[in-house]
Amino acid sequence: MTVNRRKFIGAGLLTLSGLALIPTVNVFAGIDKNKLSEGTVRWGIAMDMEALATKGPKVIEEAAAACHRVHNVPKIELQEEAVKWIWGEPYEKSFADQKHPYLNESFLNSLFPVLCNHCDNAPCVRVCPTGATFKREDGIVMMDYHRCIGCRYCMAACPFGARSFNFMDPRPYVKEPNPDYPLRQRGVVEKCNFCAERLAAGKQPACVEVNDALVFGDLNDEKSHIWKMLNSRYSIRRRPGLGTGPNIYYLV
Amino acid sequence: MLHKALSGDKTYWRWVTFLLVLIGLGMSSYLWQFRSGLTVTGLTRDVSWGLYIGQFTFLVGVAASAVMVVIPYYLHNQKEFGRVTVFGEFLAVAAVVMCMLFIIVDLGQPQRLLNILRYPTPNSVMFWDMMVLGGYLLLNILIGWNMLESERKDVPPPRWVKPLIYMSIPWAVSIHTVTGFLYAGLGGRHYWFTALTAARFLASAFAAGPALLIILCLIMNRVSSFEVDKQVLQKLVTVVTYAMVITVFFVLLEVFTGFYSQVPGHMLSLKHLFQIPYMWLSALLAVGALIILLNRNSRSNSNALIAACIAVFVSLWLEKGLGFIAGGFVLTSFERVATYMPTIPEMMISIGVWAIGFLILTILFKVAVTVKRESV
Amino acid sequence: MYDAGKIIPGLIIFLILITFPLWYSLGQSAPVLGYQVETPEIEQLEEKECVESVSYMRASHMRLLDDWRNEVVRNSRRTYINNAGKTYEISLEATCFGCHTNKADFCDTCHSSLNVEPDCWNCHSEPKESQL
Repeated sequence: MTVNRRKFIGAGLLTLSGLALIPTVNVFAGIDKNKLSEGTVRWGIAMDMEALATKGPKVIEEAAAACHRVHNVPKIELQEEAVKWIWGEPYEKSFADQKHPYLNESFLNSLFPVLCNHCDNAPCVRVCPTGATFKREDGIVMMDYHRCIGCRYCMAACPFGARSFNFMDPRPYVKEPNPDYPLRQRGVVEKCNFCAERLAAGKQPACVEVNDALVFGDLNDEKSHIWKMLNSRYSIRRRPGLGTGPNIYYLV
Repeated sequence: MLHKALSGDKTYWRWVTFLLVLIGLGMSSYLWQFRSGLTVTGLTRDVSWGLYIGQFTFLVGVAASAVMVVIPYYLHNQKEFGRVTVFGEFLAVAAVVMCMLFIIVDLGQPQRLLNILRYPTPNSVMFWDMMVLGGYLLLNILIGWNMLESERKDVPPPRWVKPLIYMSIPWAVSIHTVTGFLYAGLGGRHYWFTALTAARFLASAFAAGPALLIILCLIMNRVSSFEVDKQVLQKLVTVVTYAMVITVFFVLLEVFTGFYSQVPGHMLSLKHLFQIPYMWLSALLAVGALIILLNRNSRSNSNALIAACIAVFVSLWLEKGLGFIAGGFVLTSFERVATYMPTIPEMMISIGVWAIGFLILTILFKVAVTVKRESV
Repeated sequence: MYDAGKIIPGLIIFLILITFPLWYSLGQSAPVLGYQVETPEIEQLEEKECVESVSYMRASHMRLLDDWRNEVVRNSRRTYINNAGKTYEISLEATCFGCHTNKADFCDTCHSSLNVEPDCWNCHSEPKESQL
């Protein structure tokens, strides 16, 4: 058999194209560990909106400041490119699909803290093409910033506007970095991590710690404070009709 | 065969130089974006996809539309299509390359692109889109090149090409369906969250792609010795006409569902989207094109035909390459209206990618035209 | 072969150029990297030991760090048990930089002479001492 140039190049290309098999093999070999899993713990936050209202809008700012300080969230003035993990939105906006003409002005304008809902069936987890966003056993929707390619599919998928993209290098916008927690780099998406690093150290999430109108706990534990609160009082969630199963509850 | 692209007249080289200049400008703009981040674009936290992803979506359609010249030739045995089939396949090659480049320039961390392959996630539609696009590119290179080469040597094409051709037909449909699923599966985006998305994509693709092919054929007719068969042209015009009618019909279906049901999400998205002037320009061009295309007298006039094809292409480029993405983001999750305007560097980068596509197209078409002229 | 007179010398020149790094450093010993291990924190240790043996760390610290980050971020496991059975907290900031406070003399010396640019520092803070 003679091998001419043409055949050689052809065979070479064919061999190289075999590399395309790797992802397929990996899928069937079960390397993909990015499945939704039902653990025994399911973290959530319940917000007592009445208690929050008596404290005034300042406390939401404080909670946000505490969160943003420990997580080195950059403070970018340009709102279009701002990075936020938790912030206040008026009821009229955060619950835009649940308002009616007879709600009074002050209620419509009252600020509701919004953040990642750590959904049971999170669309961002479903769409992420690299597994950079994934669901932990305890329900936390976590981000692996080392793996994020910055495609922003998760931002298109998130129905809560909870995700921010680093349009530029965040470092100049973090005045006093907390050395115990990393920053992010330009070109990755970020969001609230439910203070996974603080939970590991046995602490409460930063926003909850500074604000006792917010209650953090295990929704699967019938003895927990949060379970009892949700069981005894009326609560709402954002955009429940989409079926994502948000784990942030607002007691109204 | 590639060396045939190395000899050409003055016009050819002027055109290639022009494209290279655009590519250079695009690349230097990209370098800027690479250094400073996507802040140089008009994208925001509310409108996180824009011109790049719009171009990607539109060009997947152009790539898929190659099937409209493959089907008549290989499935319906219409011999006269044989002369344009390879141009359809090469158009698909250029379009898919542009798609991939638009994805890359859109990434915040482009150097991590291969993470999609390193950590395959079958639950993500984007993973599948990458797979089908890669496969489609490979298929069209293999098919187009081998068919052309057998024509040059005047021998029948290798036997293994035939099954690939049949495979490429459903594959073409799949690339645009999967691209439709990219959007149609997002419950929080009213404008995208409709089962019509993939069907609309296919319909508009089969109008815009063949319209572009007609324009390209008529250009080649003028600048080279290449002659398109009148019959082929008329058949392509029929495809464009039907596909355009269906596209407009589909848009009207969305309008009905939104405005008759009065369900806010769908209706408000359409309402706000049509606040943007270019959406009305798109609608106007669509109507104008249909008037020319549906009338036998006007569509057989070659100048009117070119005008109609340009109108179809521009109308659908505005609707799909710009409007579709904007429509999904126009209402934020806080029901605020979000606006987006691409910046100059963003446009320069997009023009650069288009220029790369046209350079590939020019080279491949040049080779094909030369081979066809010599083999006659 | 056509044009053998051009192709063969061409190939030879190509081979010479591509093997340049090999024959250029022939006979030279590897440069001694003057990196500094000792820091005041290490001085105070009773047992001057890293999380694994020196030879393992020298050869595979990048792999260990990679595993560590996956353990913490993806598997929520924050303790590491080394070959000798000792446990450590998995943390770049607390564990690694607890002793290696001299990034410039320790990390950067090798990295820059080998021209590797790890992007750890894009996000992770440098140990305090080296921030002048």
